[in-house]
Amino acid sequence: MNFPADLKYSKSHEWVKMEGDVAVIGITDFAQDALGDVVFINLPSEGDTAEAGSAFGDVESVKAVSDLVSPVSGEIVEVNEELADAPETLNTDPYGAWIIKVSGITETEELLDAAAYEAFCAEEA
Amino acid sequence: MGSYVPSTKEERREMLEAIGLKDYRELYQDVPAEMYLDKPLDLPEGMSELEVSHAMNAMASKNRVFSTVLRGAGAYDHYIPSIVKYIPAKEEFLTAYTPYQAEMSQGVLQSIFEYQTMICELTGMAVSNASVYDGATAAAEAAAMCRDRKRRVTLISAAAHPDTINTVRTYCYGTNDELRIVPVKDGKTDLDALKEMLTADVASFYVQQPNFFGQFEDCTAIGEMVHAAGAQYIMGCNPIALAIMKTPAECGADIAVGEGQPLGMPISFGGPYLGFMAATQKMMRKLPGRIVGETVDAKGERAYVLSLQAREQHIRREKASSNICSNQALCALTAGVYMSAMGPRGMAEAANQSMAKAHYLAKGLCAIEGVSLKYEGAFFHEFVTVMPKAEEVLAALAEADILGGLPVEGGILWCATEKVCREKLDETIAIVKEVLGK
Amino acid sequence: MKLIFEKSVPGRGTTMLGKCDVEAVALPAELCRQEAPALPEISETDLSRHYTELCQKVHGVNCGFYPLGSCTMKYNPRIDEEIAALPGFTAVHPLAPKETVEGCYEALDTAKKYLCEVTGMDDMTFQPAAGAHGEFTGVLLIKQYHESRGESHRNKIIVPDSAHGTNPATAAMCGYEIVNIPSAPNGCVDLEALKAVLGNDTAGLMLTNPNTVGIFDENILEITRLVHEAGGQCYYDGANLNAVMGAVRPGDMGFDCIHMNLHKTFATPHGGGGPGAGAVGCKGHLAAFLPSSALMDNDGRLQVRSFAGNFLVVIKALTYVMTLGAEGIKEASANAVLNANYLMRKIQGTFEPAFDRICMHEFVLDLSEFKKRTGVSALDVAKSLIDHGMHPPTMYFPLIVHEALMLEPTETESRETLDWAAEIFRKLYALAETDPEYMHNAPHNAAIARPDEVRAARTPILRYTK
Repeated sequence: MNFPADLKYSKSHEWVKMEGDVAVIGITDFAQDALGDVVFINLPSEGDTAEAGSAFGDVESVKAVSDLVSPVSGEIVEVNEELADAPETLNTDPYGAWIIKVSGITETEELLDAAAYEAFCAEEA
Repeated sequence: MGSYVPSTKEERREMLEAIGLKDYRELYQDVPAEMYLDKPLDLPEGMSELEVSHAMNAMASKNRVFSTVLRGAGAYDHYIPSIVKYIPAKEEFLTAYTPYQAEMSQGVLQSIFEYQTMICELTGMAVSNASVYDGATAAAEAAAMCRDRKRRVTLISAAAHPDTINTVRTYCYGTNDELRIVPVKDGKTDLDALKEMLTADVASFYVQQPNFFGQFEDCTAIGEMVHAAGAQYIMGCNPIALAIMKTPAECGADIAVGEGQPLGMPISFGGPYLGFMAATQKMMRKLPGRIVGETVDAKGERAYVLSLQAREQHIRREKASSNICSNQALCALTAGVYMSAMGPRGMAEAANQSMAKAHYLAKGLCAIEGVSLKYEGAFFHEFVTVMPKAEEVLAALAEADILGGLPVEGGILWCATEKVCREKLDETIAIVKEVLGK
Repeated sequence: MKLIFEKSVPGRGTTMLGKCDVEAVALPAELCRQEAPALPEISETDLSRHYTELCQKVHGVNCGFYPLGSCTMKYNPRIDEEIAALPGFTAVHPLAPKETVEGCYEALDTAKKYLCEVTGMDDMTFQPAAGAHGEFTGVLLIKQYHESRGESHRNKIIVPDSAHGTNPATAAMCGYEIVNIPSAPNGCVDLEALKAVLGNDTAGLMLTNPNTVGIFDENILEITRLVHEAGGQCYYDGANLNAVMGAVRPGDMGFDCIHMNLHKTFATPHGGGGPGAGAVGCKGHLAAFLPSSALMDNDGRLQVRSFAGNFLVVIKALTYVMTLGAEGIKEASANAVLNANYLMRKIQGTFEPAFDRICMHEFVLDLSEFKKRTGVSALDVAKSLIDHGMHPPTMYFPLIVHEALMLEPTETESRETLDWAAEIFRKLYALAETDPEYMHNAPHNAAIARPDEVRAARTPILRYTK
């Protein structure tokens, strides 16, 4: 399982990458593996507000559904609409398949670094 | 006493022994003594099959079966082809449950897939679910599909079936949402009132076509009005009328629902009936209940499965689009067989004949002094007449083995289907004339 | 096999209706549809054979063993079908004058009286069309009750984590916040966890007893007492009523309202997914809030569907109850419990029950250790059962047991069937050691091999197109 060192992680299994003052958010390798084949993603709209600790969408596999929880508060400035037609990218390339970009960040959850997150996952599994 | 337990007393004793128990009471060892029933239930003794058959036949014979039914109002007495009664009675269909195990239920799954296709054909919509309980709950579920964070209010026409209005009211009460009723003018939805009521908090408007009074609504204009206000448009349609009538898709509906009973189900004192639900592609994932999809199996052969299950309660729990689990699968099967047995021409024939006979009856009745149509608009197979001495009229008809129309405010709501022959319509008209002539 | 649309030939069909004997009336042009619906055009021979072929790809209770846990797949007596098909029941209009449908009201009243006695309730409605619909109706009784007492602030419904998904989904449809409580290690309600969440905002608790792992919660009186003390109401999910009829009544356990699945407990057929009937019973203090029909009764009450509900299903259930009578009802439940325990003990030693103790009418096998050892999952075992002509048990439920298989044999199975089923389970247990690959690919002899559900969900094809 892959835990890129340049990312930060939430305990609800989202990854965050800061590009300037914009947070790029996706789901982790661990998350996609636990979920199984992703068949659908419910995406928010550009301009929606993301709230730290709250769901901004969800992902479905055949037998499960999982909330997408935002690790930051701010405005959703970009949504990866391509995922709507190719949700399987979340399985094949979880760290390439970003889901939303958030700017104007007012609050950030306490995030883990790669090592801490890997340890956290080991505990969960 | 009747019993369907196969094991003999001796076998039961042996089975108890095999699991190390003395008696049946020990099976219930977890049940606290203070609530364990130590006396028999206060029920009659059981019966043999012959005895129960006598008892239930006696009960059934206390109901009066009219040879002619001129009453509709949500339960329509259409002709049911013989084969439509036999196919759903096949024990494999009858005694299976929800097709959770696709490998063992391809027959049920394919029949639902075919039903979904037929409902899409009938309504013109893109997708259909596998059924809900009845037309009223279909309307309520459709209204729930349309509510979002900003738009919570549901509008419904007062010309919808009273049970539908009250069911939608109940579902709205459940989620603490508001239902507003759009008034009727001349037997149809008051479009001026509707326009005013379509405020920015309105999620959807529901109209019934033809409506409770049998009148055709101007569904295209309504659709334009509803969409202009940013709300969703739900049409509740009579499925027999749909064989000839402008489809919900053509009227711009986002969701089409209806009471499927006329598609081969007897009136049966109100149930089981069938709620059909179809929607645009965009609304697909908001549909409640089971949906069957096509796929391939591990050998690459075409196969059918329950699909898009992540919408449903067993996965999404409190966030599910609905709590529905069991539906009306056998009724959907019945409807599928009915639509196949009738075919497009037979369905259109049933619709045209029902309409023709209703108009013949209306014309005959309105030729009688004191009787007139209450509303002027075009109607399908139901209409309201002003009717003096309504009670006497209905009593006289009943004596002639005719169930007359339903007494409603201001007159009688009549219905005719293809099942009623001209002779009976003439007899009805003559009886009404005689009663009013007295 | 072909779809019925692929067998359609333009111009074919059977003439069902005669010539119209009155003057035709044309639908105004602006009201006409553009194109006729593309419904099948098919001869009656082909129609009959099509559905015969389909039904040969269906496994019903009448085909073989169907131990689908929580669904009570008992034998559906033919006589019940015959009675429900009597014209005196099928050819009566729901809005016919009351004096012409006395038999219908007698049937409903009799069914109400008997089922109230079985459950210990005071009043009942047959309007709900299914179990989940009954839950909705029942929780709305609770909601109206609190409102009538000026206690609308009670906005939480408590649901154990072992509950059916319908419970939380229902509470949400009734506008409630859902409070999930964890189960105790024995699968029963954790009293401390319950106490911790009870309060002034508690509207009620939804519970099934025996619970979803098949165990009768011996603390039930304490549980309902605690909820009542907090001012809440207790809702009994009757999914598992088949375990306890004639032995103990939900009313005596302290429940205020309940639903019954007539299609489970009272032997009416499941119809490939419905119609069922979800009769809702309640204690006297909730009776004023039972639903009615605006058109049949017009008394201002709420209603959950049109007319009086799935009437013919009630007729079937009534026929069943009258056949069994007081003794037969009790006998049915007792033997459902006996059969479950017998089968559980027969299988034990290979697949292990999640809870090694007496069970009620169903039990859960926990295959997590087995899977770790062999790599064969509960799904693989389920699919392998299909090759033996047995419908698989309920899989992966309840959520609190991993790799769960939940078996409910019902009372209408003979000892030979149970012995046979146990033997199949033992065989598969052994096969997992020698040929797990074979089980990963099961079924091998079914109508289809395993379907690609991912593909179905990713690119939904929900109707036939030419």
